[in-house]
Amino acid sequence: MEGFRYTLAAFAVQSGGYEGVNCNTAALGDLIVTGITLGSVYALIALGYTMVYGVLKLINFAHDSIFMIGAAAAYYLFVVWFGWTEEVSGIGLIVLTLVGLMFSALASGGAALTLERLAYRPLRRRGAARLSFLIAAVGASFFVTYLFQQEFLLGTAEHNFGSFMPSTPIFEVIGSPLNRPRLLLILGAVVMFIVLDRFVRTTRTGRSIRAVSEDIDAARMMGVNVDRVVATTFFIGGFFGGIAGFLYALVFRKVAWNLGFIPGIKAFTSAVLGGIGNLRGAVLGGLLLGLIENLSTICIGSEWRNVVAFSVLVLVLIFRPTGVLGEGLAK
Amino acid sequence: MSQTEKETPKLNTKRLRGVEVQFEDYAPGLARVLPDGVLSAINAVFYGWQKLGILRYIFAGIMLAAIALPLGPAKDEVLVRTGFYMLAALGLNVVVGLAGLLDLGYVAFFMIGSYTVALFTESNATAHPAILDPWLILPIAVVVAMVTGLLLGTPTLRLRGDYLAIVTLGFHEIVRQTARNLSVVNGSRGVTSIPHPDFSIFGKSVEFGVLDPQKYWFVLCVFIVIALFIVQRIKDSRIGRSWEAIREDEVAASAMGIPVVKMKLYAFAIGASTSGLAGWALATKVGFISPNNFPLLSSILVLCAVVIGGIGSSLGALLGAALVFGLPELLRDIGAETILGFDVQTGRIAIFGFLLVVMMIFRPGGLISSSRRRAELSSGGDIAADSTAPGIPGES
Repeated sequence: MEGFRYTLAAFAVQSGGYEGVNCNTAALGDLIVTGITLGSVYALIALGYTMVYGVLKLINFAHDSIFMIGAAAAYYLFVVWFGWTEEVSGIGLIVLTLVGLMFSALASGGAALTLERLAYRPLRRRGAARLSFLIAAVGASFFVTYLFQQEFLLGTAEHNFGSFMPSTPIFEVIGSPLNRPRLLLILGAVVMFIVLDRFVRTTRTGRSIRAVSEDIDAARMMGVNVDRVVATTFFIGGFFGGIAGFLYALVFRKVAWNLGFIPGIKAFTSAVLGGIGNLRGAVLGGLLLGLIENLSTICIGSEWRNVVAFSVLVLVLIFRPTGVLGEGLAK
Repeated sequence: MSQTEKETPKLNTKRLRGVEVQFEDYAPGLARVLPDGVLSAINAVFYGWQKLGILRYIFAGIMLAAIALPLGPAKDEVLVRTGFYMLAALGLNVVVGLAGLLDLGYVAFFMIGSYTVALFTESNATAHPAILDPWLILPIAVVVAMVTGLLLGTPTLRLRGDYLAIVTLGFHEIVRQTARNLSVVNGSRGVTSIPHPDFSIFGKSVEFGVLDPQKYWFVLCVFIVIALFIVQRIKDSRIGRSWEAIREDEVAASAMGIPVVKMKLYAFAIGASTSGLAGWALATKVGFISPNNFPLLSSILVLCAVVIGGIGSSLGALLGAALVFGLPELLRDIGAETILGFDVQTGRIAIFGFLLVVMMIFRPGGLISSSRRRAELSSGGDIAADSTAPGIPGES
């Protein structure tokens, strides 16, 4: 018995418990800035999850591959096709950035639209069960991701995204240098969110999106073209995912076939954290998750950050499944 | 939508208990083409088979085990590797097919089973709480996997089905990353020299060598038959009927007094423990495990096996696993490098992903599906939804 207790103690010690909590706050500023940067990526992707969820009450599992398509499109445009990898400044920088943003956004938006048309719409027409939708979404996600893993597309290697945007720091925030790509990512997330929020709240299409998310049958009876609204929603989600993909490639300077998975699932976590179906919740959740994940590395090793993020998801679902701001696109 | 499209296959209530299945139930199209004589002959076989009762399982086991005999050691190896996933698919079929819960991190339990073996045997994990015989660890591995399943399921099964899917997906990553970061199981280097499950019976010792796949296959067959037996018995029991009710309409089931969360937990626990058992088998066979052996992909592939084979059908799960895990290996064996321009090893996932979508649109019941299950899947029934969320809006 004594021996057994000893081995148990040894087991506990070797599992890493003996070091105690060792917090290192030296890099706090860096962590906050990185947290907000990553959080902006999550927020942009989460907007896509939340839009589709708001309208169809469906988790679009394939959204992570839509995000990856955005990054892959940027890689093709800038590295493979045109070789715009040299750093530029002034007007050239602005033009290239806008071209990249639009190209990635349209590529991802188009992919999302195709996906809706080929996979989800037939399922809706057939009145398929929820389980069928989820399985089809998972299938679509893996189809797209592994399609890009094939040699005729990205292949298994991780590619360097030699960026045209200088990554030298331009100024410091809370002791942490901030460079152009990161600044663009954070600003981009904020601006895109405001545009989307206004769009959903004030325009005619936005009103139909809200109507469909409130009650699909009533909306149809009131003359809303539900198919078009669903397609628009997928396109907007994809559009945002593409922007996130482009900015992600710009900041982290690498593109790979599997880069969508981890940000995808974390973005979903963000959407749930903020309240799925809720646009403001998606952004809030994204920033919160980015910060939690990065600040956790102060006390826990950075190799645990993914575990922390996923544990947040489980905890949120246990204690507040409707998220911080509650559910609902119409709110 | 026109009325004809909406019409679901007619159900013959006389056969709803699942006792006398006829060939028409599986392949109505084929049944119509076949001449009457052949059809009734097939149905006579079906009938006789069903009259065998419990003996069926023993027969099935013997037939399954016999597959290994004419094949060489190399093919047997493929068979054994497929066998682990056949067993796992049987368990996942309970979770996804019978109870209608989408579990995307199913291989996490598999991994837990494997690592339990590593921890309790004289492998080179750095600390062992106790050293036990592999056969003694078997129940421990099963129980540990089951308890983990219950711990994960208790909070999440109360929520709507989509959340469960993503939580299990996250759970797979949690388990994998934890294994990768824990020094006690050698982190990403993995654990080696896990002992084989040698045992002695009637004074005769049975030893498992590394290149001895046949014995492992026989052991796996025993597991598969036991799992098959348990699953089939539960399917027709009170619990099985509760699952069916929950899958069909959770609110109605709950109103009829079915303890919904408890029943879902049963399904989850059965699934997790089967996965743990398969993990035990894999660890003792291969002798080496590392977090990289259990990518998220394997969870998805097991799901593909269940869905492609026939959601809700045990036979379908076995067939699906053979197709998803065995076929690519065989293709590689015969020297096929690519199928339709896709690399066999990696491209199969793209193909299976595509198949999942096509399957859900055109044949949601999978390859082997009874008309009853097909009817359910195309009925727009609100599977795995909670009480407030409406189903996916159809063109009603």
